[in-house]
Amino acid sequence: MCRLFAITSQEPLSPMKAIEAMDVMREGHDGSGVGLFLRDLAGPFEEIKDAPILSGIFTEKGLRRLDTFMMDLGFMTKYKITIKVPKTPPPGVPKRDIYLIRAYEYPEEWEDLPVNELYTRLLRTRLRLRQMGEAEGDMIVFSFWPDVIMIKEIGDPMTVARYLDLDRKELWARVIMAQGRQNTNYAINLYACHPFFIQGFASMTNGENTAFIPIREYLSSRGFEGYIGYQSDSEVFTHILHYVHTHLGLGIEAYKHVITPLKDEDIAAHPDSAFLKQLKHSCRQLIIDGPNCVIGCLPDHTLFMAQDRKKLRPGVVGGRPGRFAFASEICGLDAAIPDRDKSKDFQPMYLDTAIVGPDRQEVKICCQTDPLPLQP
Amino acid sequence: MLPDRPIAPSTLSVKDLSWQILWNRDKCTLCGRCTAVCPVNAIEPGVFRKRNVTASIDPAAPPETRFSLFYGIRQRTDPAYACVGCAMCSLVCPNDAIIPARNDEADKQRFHINRGGQPRRRGGRRNQPAGILDRIKFIRISMLTDPALDAGRHEFELRTLLGRVLPPEQSLKFMKENGWIPPVREIYPLVIGGMSFGALSPNMWEGLQMGVAYLNEELGMPVRICTGEGGCPPRLLRSRFLKYVILQIASGYFGWDEIIHALPEMKEDPCAIEIKYGQGAKPGDGGLLMWHKVNKLIAAIRGVPPGVSLPSPPTHQTKYSIEESVAKMIQSMYMAWGFRVPVYPKISGTSTALAVLNNLTRNPYAAGLAIDGEDGGTGAAYNVSMDHMGHPIATNIRDCYLNLVTIGKQNELPLFAGGGIGKQGNLAANAAALIMLGASGVQTGKYIMQAAAGCIGSESDRCNICNIGRCPKGITSQDPRLYRRLDIEKVAERVVDVFLAFDTELKKIVAPLGRSTSLPIGMSDALGIDDYHAAERLKIKYVI
Repeated sequence: MCRLFAITSQEPLSPMKAIEAMDVMREGHDGSGVGLFLRDLAGPFEEIKDAPILSGIFTEKGLRRLDTFMMDLGFMTKYKITIKVPKTPPPGVPKRDIYLIRAYEYPEEWEDLPVNELYTRLLRTRLRLRQMGEAEGDMIVFSFWPDVIMIKEIGDPMTVARYLDLDRKELWARVIMAQGRQNTNYAINLYACHPFFIQGFASMTNGENTAFIPIREYLSSRGFEGYIGYQSDSEVFTHILHYVHTHLGLGIEAYKHVITPLKDEDIAAHPDSAFLKQLKHSCRQLIIDGPNCVIGCLPDHTLFMAQDRKKLRPGVVGGRPGRFAFASEICGLDAAIPDRDKSKDFQPMYLDTAIVGPDRQEVKICCQTDPLPLQP
Repeated sequence: MLPDRPIAPSTLSVKDLSWQILWNRDKCTLCGRCTAVCPVNAIEPGVFRKRNVTASIDPAAPPETRFSLFYGIRQRTDPAYACVGCAMCSLVCPNDAIIPARNDEADKQRFHINRGGQPRRRGGRRNQPAGILDRIKFIRISMLTDPALDAGRHEFELRTLLGRVLPPEQSLKFMKENGWIPPVREIYPLVIGGMSFGALSPNMWEGLQMGVAYLNEELGMPVRICTGEGGCPPRLLRSRFLKYVILQIASGYFGWDEIIHALPEMKEDPCAIEIKYGQGAKPGDGGLLMWHKVNKLIAAIRGVPPGVSLPSPPTHQTKYSIEESVAKMIQSMYMAWGFRVPVYPKISGTSTALAVLNNLTRNPYAAGLAIDGEDGGTGAAYNVSMDHMGHPIATNIRDCYLNLVTIGKQNELPLFAGGGIGKQGNLAANAAALIMLGASGVQTGKYIMQAAAGCIGSESDRCNICNIGRCPKGITSQDPRLYRRLDIEKVAERVVDVFLAFDTELKKIVAPLGRSTSLPIGMSDALGIDDYHAAERLKIKYVI
């Protein structure tokens, strides 16, 4: 099993905050890997919120190829973080040349593009780089998006964090998601490491997705270029999140209705029954069959947690106005926000989506039996 | 026959027949029940003359010859009256004095069942007991990575959809713009396949309908039954139970006069309309209800004169191309019910199924595609069609599903698989395998006849006389003397038993795979088979 932790805070936090919470929950993960997603960045990136940031791991050769490729496109490096690591990695962590975090200035001709076109081009650039990297084995690209940094590595989370010196000020952020454990059901591959990211949407999941193959087939056949990869069965949760928002134009309240729809009789009793029935039918291939706990982040910095229909995975949300955290276990929450009203901690059950909006003032519980806000 | 008489080519001995009657003179009470019950008159009361020679111990006295008689059972050897192995004689015998036994070598009867130039016709199924479906295993068992579910405790929702399901983006837009989307039914994934009123006896039909109504109304299982081509009794058409019925229209259009006339009086819409273009048991051949079974009632419902054979043409005569055939017919059927009822075609398994499927994907109304594989059953067909024509269902369904995946329409056009599901008794396992290969649901007929009514047909040419209306169990007969044997209530009870048991077994299959809230359609990673080539062909795992 893996462990998840996410925090959203008005005051920027060090990524170590999340790593420490992961460490407290270490009995629940096997320490085989770590993934970090940082957003609403502080430090130097605060000033360049619109600049797309490329996160990944490169060999020396890969970096040279990257530079040529990006320059050909017209991208200029605006800012970069150089992670200098000791010559010998700790046991269990592979030797890498470069952990890259680099903000770019858009090519001139991209500047006046409509947002959708810009997003499409950013996605295409990342996919192209990924493809190039896979061909030569010299680049691994996690994200290429404004105000987003992703770091992933194999090894014990705390060991990796110390090795990469993640406590540095440049990496402080207001939204942090962390997952401990490499995906071990399929091949060990950093592309299988949570959190996953696509066009502003990120998510990480605890648990096996038993309906993975039909869902993968369905997403792959949507004709959308970003729905590729699937080295992990959990990547589909991120893509479904993206699909629900961008293709269907629905909000986070509808996400759980897609992945874990109500039973037919409950739909019949719902105020939006006609809509939900239609959604359940048309999105039938996207129904997950658990056991899964999903924690995700939307482009507007909203964080959420949703459980599968059987609620077989742990998950809790708690905090105080200005700072809320989602964790697999209460001890993780305790480590991150000890000074909170614990009586208000909430463990989402099989109908709930717990949402903390960008204002970070409260946990909103959206129950599937509630009316949906989306009907025009 | 005397040894010096000429023999005809078709003169056979008991040894040449497929089935031999073993009769025990000591046990026989000569009650005559066996000869009365035999559906093919294969046995008759016989008078046997016996010669007894007695030699005296007195050497002067000549040996004495006396003749005596005894009565017993004689098996006829004319191929027209050959025993079919139904064993009704055993069933009725008070002393277990009689039983048919299969010949220990290949019979010679098979070479003589085409006398008069008429090839053998029969009912039943392909006489081939084995099949690929029984070899498929479910191998993705949830172990420590994710807990297996408890089939008895967790909440399950094992339903499927029948109808054209628009893709999510279109569906929402379509509804907003038109206030209408194609009708979709939420049904149980095991459908009772098309067996017509006419092919089945009134008692069998009523029993099935009662069982289905009970499953729906008392147990909340949305089980559906297809009428087959032969119309529907007028009272059912005008009842609320019509919603559990899929009305079939086929190339003979039998019964549709009655249906059309009942339209204004229908209280409920039928579940769906199935347009039959082909049948797995006799692909490329039309329906056939032989004259034996066309009595007054059947004739009235079908709108034909009684006592004539009713062949449906192999194709719909008014159509000449797939485009027209599908589009026109689907559209007319939709219009008849105000676009509230899903309409889908059923074809027999064929290597051209993909062409049909691709055509349907371009038709915005087509509500699904049912494919009936070579192991499907029938009430009457030529033996050659049954035994040698057709396409196995497994690859047909898999190819179609993967084709839908390629074009992204796997949820739009539900595939229903039929033909040989449960032919070895493994109904749930076969159904689950087909669902994981890509079927949205399965249709079964033979299994229901065997389990719910005690049909004694087998995959080894036993009985198989559904075509001549002499079904010894009263399942496929229109003769009241025969069908009154079948207790309607008990049939209904057995239908319910079958579905409840199926439901438990299906849960026992999907729960360990970690599935419960949606039917695992296309979950091919759960399937394995011990045949490398089959695994490659079906794109599932090869396991040994």
